[in-house]
Amino acid sequence: MDKRDPYRHNVLTSGHRACSGCGEAMAARMVTDLIGANAIYVNATGCLQVFTTHNQQSSWQAPWIHSVFANAAAVASGVEAALRARGDDTPVIVQAGDGGTFDIGLQCLSGMIERGHDILFVCYDNEAYMNTGVQRSSSTPHAVRTTTSPPGRLSEGKHHLKKDVLSIIAAHHMPYAATATVAFFHDLKAKVEKAMTIKGPRFLQILSPCPLGWDHDASLSVSVSRLAVETGLFPLVELENGEVTSVMRLKQQRPVQDYLKLQGRFKHLFNSTSTAETATGNANGAAEIRHLQALADARIRRYELLQAETEWDTVRASQVQRHGRGGYRNTGQEAAS
Amino acid sequence: MKKLLEGSRAIAEAVKLCRPQIVAAYPITPQTHIIENLAQMVADGDLAAEFINAESEFAAASIVLGAVAGGSRAFTATASQGLLLMTEVLYNIAGMRLPVVMVCANRAVSAPINIFSDHQDSMTMRDAGWIQLYVESNQEAVDSIIQAYRIAEVCELPVMVCVDGFFLTHTFEPVEIPEQTQVDDFLPPFHFERTLNPSNPFTLGGGSEPDNYLEIRAQQQAALIDAVNVIQAIGADYAKLTGRAYELVDSYFAEQADTVLVVLGSTMGAVREVIDSLREQGQSVGVLRLRCFRPLPAQALVEYLSAAKRIIVIEKAFSAGAGGIVAAEVRAVLQQVGVLIPIDSYIGGLGGRDLKLTIIEDVFHQSSLAKSTADGVFLDLKQPGTATKQE
Ligand SMILES: Cc1ncc(C[n+]2csc(CCOP(=O)(O)OP(=O)(O)O)c2C)c(N)n1
Ligand code: SF4
Repeated sequence: MDKRDPYRHNVLTSGHRACSGCGEAMAARMVTDLIGANAIYVNATGCLQVFTTHNQQSSWQAPWIHSVFANAAAVASGVEAALRARGDDTPVIVQAGDGGTFDIGLQCLSGMIERGHDILFVCYDNEAYMNTGVQRSSSTPHAVRTTTSPPGRLSEGKHHLKKDVLSIIAAHHMPYAATATVAFFHDLKAKVEKAMTIKGPRFLQILSPCPLGWDHDASLSVSVSRLAVETGLFPLVELENGEVTSVMRLKQQRPVQDYLKLQGRFKHLFNSTSTAETATGNANGAAEIRHLQALADARIRRYELLQAETEWDTVRASQVQRHGRGGYRNTGQEAAS
Repeated sequence: MKKLLEGSRAIAEAVKLCRPQIVAAYPITPQTHIIENLAQMVADGDLAAEFINAESEFAAASIVLGAVAGGSRAFTATASQGLLLMTEVLYNIAGMRLPVVMVCANRAVSAPINIFSDHQDSMTMRDAGWIQLYVESNQEAVDSIIQAYRIAEVCELPVMVCVDGFFLTHTFEPVEIPEQTQVDDFLPPFHFERTLNPSNPFTLGGGSEPDNYLEIRAQQQAALIDAVNVIQAIGADYAKLTGRAYELVDSYFAEQADTVLVVLGSTMGAVREVIDSLREQGQSVGVLRLRCFRPLPAQALVEYLSAAKRIIVIEKAFSAGAGGIVAAEVRAVLQQVGVLIPIDSYIGGLGGRDLKLTIIEDVFHQSSLAKSTADGVFLDLKQPGTATKQE
């Protein structure tokens, strides 16, 4: 616990080097503060590792290890096995970016889940390889501009769809998997807390806006992440044993344009001069936007986000009474300032 | 005409001139600008290749393996952790004798993680069966990549062009980019005899028992040793085309000096300056740069080094538990022909540490520093009693 703030553990403490408005820093701070310092954190290579452990310094106030990019889930498997062999049930948490989850880390993650390790794997999904300067990953949505999916004379950005990693995870029929994002703290909190009560492999995918890579104002990270949910592009759902058990209902659906327009990574779609030649078979920007809208609509239908029978909707989730400053712990008391 | 280009851009231009049909890569600093440039060229229709964003370096290396076996010229680039992750596939590419060309944007290896330049990554791959060329400048990187494709395709051996990360990849230098017609004249269209093809089916990568395996490995060794001649011949051909000649080794007063420094890569630029100033002071010093490290140009080393009275090696990698890699190899080559010259082995510049001119100069003065020459002395180490040089 941090002496200055009795409501927070400050597992990820100040002084790190994330960009201002970094959604990943925000999400990691939320998750690790909810879990606390009595846990072992295993980190994949990526922004979170880089900005928290610069040059022999550390922002971590809990045991933390980074090995290489691909192997966080396997390292954690070893850590968990060692602890349990000693009769120690300290929680083991993996933190990785989308690259370290969807791409290079997927094999180790699948192995970890299949073997049933008692580990929470948290993916901070900022939809590209941000640490190396914004290259596309398999989590990058269709049509996004990155440095390795650049718009050009023959191209409107990324050619391939965002990988539906949650379905891959669900196919392992593991105890718990969920999506969350920084705009809906109470939803995120409920999911982290629930995950921590369950034994076995658990997975959390947290959409974490990156002002640098998404090219939006640093002050808009929360708004952008809210819009990702409200447009239906990023459904907030929970799965237990591979089946959907809850979704956050959309009070009303926003058009994808509202989301796309805030972000430079979609700018080329609105800019007719960069429109790819249709003769080459590449759709133009307007068609890509329609495509993105269709993808959002499909996700809304798939998870029944508009008609789900739940009190938990995008408006209610924002209005939940905060418990204590920042809402980190249900102490019911306000922090003395 | 010379253009002022970032090293990575120059490298991408050279790759483009070689007309690869497949580019597969995974981003890693300091290689990223190379592949980002190639991605843009493909997006703009300036390079008629497929750009495949792999899900790891393991996949990137495997994709170029498959692409070449499938009959296309291919390119990949990586560094550091990425190169290490490719290890299994790199040995496999070499064992199958596939003409793959790659760039290694040299970077330190983890742990601790460090994005800056040294040679530990590619040095670790020295036994994989790849030809390795270490370049001094971005011009040489451009020229070596173009040569690398022809070398690879003539020898049926993979070639790794090693380019110092940041020092070269992120530095702007004037570079002469050859004309497309020049490169087309120099580099014939891709042809690989054993292409996977139903009308002439070859088996690639099949098994081999103890009664055959050894012979196949010996053939690989023989091909690499022979490649010395091919590299020279192709270098000479290239010189006719462009006027720029590259040898296996690059000498700056090495053949006439009492004390010869041996280095690899971009360090050579700084060393030339030190040599100039020491020679002005009347000292008999020179430098030999190993451009081609694999195959090891033993004959050239003997030629240039056997008249020296003292040899100093500064290298940006080491064999942990043994010492300087280049130093040990130079020592072995000379010993084989009965030349016993003291060799001082220094390890420096690791993880991007600057090899300042004063540090290099000091090495010439302090011959006794390398006390146990077999181990290698760490240069500029921040501990009392060592070769630390403060400015
Ligand atoms: C084997 C290997 N390949 C490439 C890299 C270079 N690298 C470091 S972090 C990174 C991207 C990380 O992306 P992601 O996992 O999405 O996390 P983010 O930085 O976006 O949070 C890459 C490509 C590496 N460290 N190791
Ligand atoms: S690049 Fe993006 S993910 Fe990385 S620290 Fe900056 S804002 Fe965060």
